[in-house]
Amino acid sequence: MLLLIARRLAIGLLVALTVMTLAFMLTRLSGDLAISIAGPSATQADVEIIRKAYGLDRPQYIQFFSWVGRALVGDFGQSYFFKDSVSNLIARRLPITLTLGLVGLSLALVISIPLGILAAVRENTWLDRGVTIFTMVGQAIPSFWLALILMIVLGLNLGVLPISGTGTWQHFVMPGIVLAFTAIPALTRLTRSGMIEAMASDYIRTARAKGLSRARIIFKHALRNAAIPVVSIAAVQLGFMLGGSIVIETVFALHGVGYLGWESIAKNDFPVVQAVVLVLAAIYIGLTLLSDILNALLDPRLRTG
Amino acid sequence: MSEPIALHAPLTSRVGMTGFAIGIAIVGIIALAALIGNQLIPHDPFNQDLGNRLKPPFWMEGTQSGHLLGTDQLGRDYLARLVYGGRISLLIGIMTVITSGLIGITLGVLGGFFGGRIDDAVLFAITTRLSIPVVLVALAVVGLMGSGLGLVVATLGLLLWDRFAVVARATTMQIRSLDYVNAARCAGASTLHLLVKEILPNIASHLAVVATLEMALAILLEAALSFLGLGVPPPLPSWGLMIAEGKDYMFFSPWVIMVPGVALFVLVLGINLVGDGLRHLLGSERLR
Repeated sequence: MLLLIARRLAIGLLVALTVMTLAFMLTRLSGDLAISIAGPSATQADVEIIRKAYGLDRPQYIQFFSWVGRALVGDFGQSYFFKDSVSNLIARRLPITLTLGLVGLSLALVISIPLGILAAVRENTWLDRGVTIFTMVGQAIPSFWLALILMIVLGLNLGVLPISGTGTWQHFVMPGIVLAFTAIPALTRLTRSGMIEAMASDYIRTARAKGLSRARIIFKHALRNAAIPVVSIAAVQLGFMLGGSIVIETVFALHGVGYLGWESIAKNDFPVVQAVVLVLAAIYIGLTLLSDILNALLDPRLRTG
Repeated sequence: MSEPIALHAPLTSRVGMTGFAIGIAIVGIIALAALIGNQLIPHDPFNQDLGNRLKPPFWMEGTQSGHLLGTDQLGRDYLARLVYGGRISLLIGIMTVITSGLIGITLGVLGGFFGGRIDDAVLFAITTRLSIPVVLVALAVVGLMGSGLGLVVATLGLLLWDRFAVVARATTMQIRSLDYVNAARCAGASTLHLLVKEILPNIASHLAVVATLEMALAILLEAALSFLGLGVPPPLPSWGLMIAEGKDYMFFSPWVIMVPGVALFVLVLGINLVGDGLRHLLGSERLR
């Protein structure tokens, strides 16, 4: 068990380092950063001043190692636009994105697990097909478009929720629904297939033979086994949701990390872009590690590394 | 953005085949419209007519004959733009699948066939790719290098190869020591021959299913990028861009976002239905 965790942790660190390298290369794609920061109206002298001030006159590899070295202790440098340290900016925005992610994931689980169970125990009925059609539709709806439709219906026509902004808990409802929809199809399908497989297994036949009630069989015996992949995928899914929340945060003007990333891209604020890519990747890596550990805890068969 | 691997296909076979037929019909009609639609519509998708702005489509009051789906905020014919946008969506979907397929299949087949160190490297590449936030990185690339059709395709192609690699790797592993591969090896076939003539044709059906999934994903992502203003540049009518341009008017004229949104939804649904149908036909339920 410990060996498994240590191995996964080592791989996670290697992945994080690779992502750092890629993020660094990514921000150098535009060619000369000093020119793009200075803007179109800057003179040659202005560009040189900026190049010196931001340390862009140093060789690339020195820039890279100094960035990596500082990032490892949580120092991502200064934002060019916000006049604040990047770590502060992210620390202030991260709770919003995490709240949104957790609201989205909870909603997704609350909807998709019952739907998946229902479809599985009524396999091949109209109800099962209805659930399947629901997942196909959910998979095909563009999230930003769903967001706009919710704004029109819930925000304007019914007037029950604020259309955009960050202030209160109500501001998280619509983005949460939209984010949940990005995970519901996959989680529903997974619950359904897991339940169908569990219901066909020997231990369920034994439970039936013992004369246990149907509810007890479904919830106590089958669900426990079907939940293993769902729980571990849910953690991974949360990682994808946080990464994908950039679109939803931008549509709803919800000032989380994704919105920060979008703003910074638009403003050529490359230390922030680098850091946001890295932070989102790190969260994903952490969540997959957590998912592996959860998996091993839930399913003793997986405990040997 | 990959989905978890489902152990069973979600549809029963009869429903699956109906879905397959519907999917093929949808994709076929949209492809046909994209190919020849702009020759049949009397309006140019780029022609502005500021006197005729935001005319509603045919099912609403105040519609103008000649503009079946109305006009946008610059008086351009909405149907002409919609049809042209379909061309862009399909083009980006197909080109992205070709790019990402080349990368993913090459990596997956090599890892699955050789195993050992090579496979470790491929697995590491897949893990790294999955930890990279796709939308953010795609936005950053386009934001830094300037928007354009080719750049969007290249970016998405470089980002969406993971599922190709996962499936190619798994299927190659399953068949690499089957009799016909061993027979070819004993007959003195080169490694390249084994990979291209023995392995590839036998995993192609699984890869076709992945191709539909990735095409749908690429189309949705392009729309999202264009919606955020960092995808296909205006005045090209990408469906995502049409929704973005209509956003300011959506509270008064909701159809400006409904029309391209429904088109996008229907196309993606159609492609997914084709993918699900293929999975049934090929009996590849267990490999997604």
